[in-house]
Amino acid sequence: MSAPRMIAAALVAFALLACLPMLLSVHQMHVAIQILLFAYLSLCWNILGGYAGQLSFGHALFMAVGAYTSTVLLLRTGLSPWIGMIAGGILAALLGLFIGYLSFRYRIKGTYFALVTLAFTEVGRIVALNTEAVGGAMGLYIPIQANELWQLKFVDKSHYYYVVLAFLVLAMAVTAWIERSAIGHRLIAIRENEDAAQALGINLMRYKLFATALSAFLAALGGTLYAHYVTFIDPNTLLNMNMALEITIYAIVGGIGTLLGPLLGAAFLIPVAELVRTTFGQSYAGVHLVVYGAVLIAVILYAPDGFIGLIRSWRASRGTGPALAPATGAGS
Amino acid sequence: MSLLEVKGITKIFGGLRAVSELSFNVEAGSIAGLIGPNGAGKTTAFSLIAGFQQPSEGEVIFKGERITGLTPDVICLRGLTRTFQIMQSFPKLTALQNVMIGAYARHKSVAGARQHALRIMSQLGMADRAGELARNLTLADLKRLEIAKALATSPELLLLDEVVSGLTPTEVEELVRLIRDIRGAGTTIVMIEHVMQAVMALSDTIVVLHHGEKIFEGLPNIAVKDPGVIEAYLGEEMLVA
Amino acid sequence: MTNDGFASDECSTGDGVSSEVILQAIVTGVLLGGVYSLICTGLTLTFGVMRIINFAHGEFLMVAMYASYFFVQSFHTESYVAILLVLPGLFVLGVATFQLLIRPILGAEPLNQMLLLVGLSLVLQNGALALFSPDTRSVQSALLYSKIELGDVIVGIPKLIAFATSIVVTLALYWLLRATELGRRIRAAASDREAAALMGINVNRVNLIAFGIGIGCLGIAGPVMLPIFYIVPNIGSFFILIAFVVVVLGGIGNFIGALLASFVVAITESLGALFMPGSTAPVLPFVLFILVLLFKPEGLFGARAR
Repeated sequence: MSAPRMIAAALVAFALLACLPMLLSVHQMHVAIQILLFAYLSLCWNILGGYAGQLSFGHALFMAVGAYTSTVLLLRTGLSPWIGMIAGGILAALLGLFIGYLSFRYRIKGTYFALVTLAFTEVGRIVALNTEAVGGAMGLYIPIQANELWQLKFVDKSHYYYVVLAFLVLAMAVTAWIERSAIGHRLIAIRENEDAAQALGINLMRYKLFATALSAFLAALGGTLYAHYVTFIDPNTLLNMNMALEITIYAIVGGIGTLLGPLLGAAFLIPVAELVRTTFGQSYAGVHLVVYGAVLIAVILYAPDGFIGLIRSWRASRGTGPALAPATGAGS
Repeated sequence: MSLLEVKGITKIFGGLRAVSELSFNVEAGSIAGLIGPNGAGKTTAFSLIAGFQQPSEGEVIFKGERITGLTPDVICLRGLTRTFQIMQSFPKLTALQNVMIGAYARHKSVAGARQHALRIMSQLGMADRAGELARNLTLADLKRLEIAKALATSPELLLLDEVVSGLTPTEVEELVRLIRDIRGAGTTIVMIEHVMQAVMALSDTIVVLHHGEKIFEGLPNIAVKDPGVIEAYLGEEMLVA
Repeated sequence: MTNDGFASDECSTGDGVSSEVILQAIVTGVLLGGVYSLICTGLTLTFGVMRIINFAHGEFLMVAMYASYFFVQSFHTESYVAILLVLPGLFVLGVATFQLLIRPILGAEPLNQMLLLVGLSLVLQNGALALFSPDTRSVQSALLYSKIELGDVIVGIPKLIAFATSIVVTLALYWLLRATELGRRIRAAASDREAAALMGINVNRVNLIAFGIGIGCLGIAGPVMLPIFYIVPNIGSFFILIAFVVVVLGGIGNFIGALLASFVVAITESLGALFMPGSTAPVLPFVLFILVLLFKPEGLFGARAR
């Protein structure tokens, strides 16, 4: 799509999304916010996982760093979460640089990198459980009495909708920039073939670290949003493998390494999860993951490029597809 | 001062000496052919020179500076680029995007890189395939793409690893002409080749490797008469394509 | 997480830890290490087939444990009898999984294979959650409480049985791989698929069997572990992380390495529980894991293949 057409489409989509809250019931609003929030988190993950090609299961950790940092600062000092989230983002970025540096230095990649991030997440969970300063196993609770924008507290949930929408737009802008910039192209080259990229003068460490730090920073912001939306955070829900996997799954099902993939993935799977939850009334938290798992298996077996990949194949077979296809992701 | 000075590099894998005290020089503006039977250590030598592996002994001097121990990306930015024998393209990117990645070595902007990449592709007669995905290209095109990518980094020294093997005689001739043009534009070339037609036509000097050791360095027409060289190739089929 | 079965054997006295307590912890670690070794031998086998670590391995163990549990509830026998049913059952499950899910993607990118297994683990774990609820379950029998005393050390019989069974099976598998024709074929296929095919080995069939055996191991581990652990649907997550650590520590693909590393990890955990503050002891294996991956990625004992 040409740039002017894309901007026009984006504006239309944005306008529609902005009007949506007026049409939705409270419950539907809840689902919509979740879609936007997880689409945002998934996009953050996508920067490292989809564009730089380093699959991470550690984004729950970055999210948690953001959530805990801003929440602790808020509860202890009353600091506005808008500032707290920046602090959290910086901490997460530093953590990401640390994990990334250690991993990339020894050319750890692929499944081993995923395992390292998983191990760090588990360490984080155990440490958080045992640290009273961050609430330990009891977690932290954000009390909300009234709408306070500066404190990111809203009684009326629709306000969260707009905040998360704004962040989603931010994440999409960053992703679009990656797709079009020289830095982004280098990242994609690294994803496609590290040795070839290095042979052409690309410093692997520098770019991988950049992607990691950026991805972690943005994910941490999402952690703060999450904390203020659900108003309660604890290590067992936040630093859970399932949280890390969910973020990843939306991107893969929708189309890894694409701009719209995470949004499509979240927009499809989260309502499905809601359906599962309401149908199987007595079900326990996490049952929707059976469906997620099944969809993930199906996608890997039959459509590794996700929904976006399916759309592209369909358009290509009809002869209407673009000749210059932008880089796609993990499909084999 | 030679553009490239390889001084006694040795590489030991397990107990095997893949490359043994290899030394040779390459003068700026020349084309050097690196030949030898299969398993002679030629590609290993390239890996050592371009920084993909570290020699157990010896050093490599490029433009008067020691480059042993530097990473491949740094060496590339200094002006020494290699191609790979087993082609290493970016499969899901288009041919143009592939070449642009190389162009980014010297061009910071997307537009600048694209322009440069298109120019290179025209030089190689590939401009019409700019929009094709790399994984859909023919073998001959992939070989050209490999050269194009490397060329886009504006190298002073280009290491070409078997870029004409597997091509038809006509394709080989075209590529020979192309390589001459590249040298004419100022790039020094070292090429590993089995296709003697190309090596003899292009090389100013020949270095022959056998079991990781240099057994000859000199003019092409003398190389083919050297008894040591002939003996090394006995039992090997010399491709006279 | 669920090691309550072990808590009855030792007391963490905090400061002034006596040598008897340390010895007890080491013995407990050794016994636990035996069990880990059985789990990890299976994992190493499946690694040889897929070239990546089976993320769903823990969930298969969970299935084996639940199957054993329901067997015991139905037939009122000791857990070990369940092996008769659970072992072949898990083997069949492994074979079916390989045929339906693994074989189609053997040629795909490793990350995609990993994601498929992640999906499988999600389905199994949360399916169990839906079917069996998050309640912990355990079996009861007189056997559970019997112990023997070796000097200052008290050893629970169930743990001893688990240890003995696991070691025997692990060694039997090792013998299978080293000394039998099937074992040679499995190793050949694991080391180089194409070369093995060229040598006339039916790689698909060999992989099928190897994978089945790898999962089948859990059909023995499950019944012997049931008396020792409480089971919950997500017990798989706990064990898979430990199994990763063991396999990487031991050198991926290295059976003896995995065996030795099992003990290293288990003893580290056990001793750590004595000396680490709060309940931070579980962090030790992961720290060890990260350190090994970063500084000695071929494992403490060297990888056979990576």
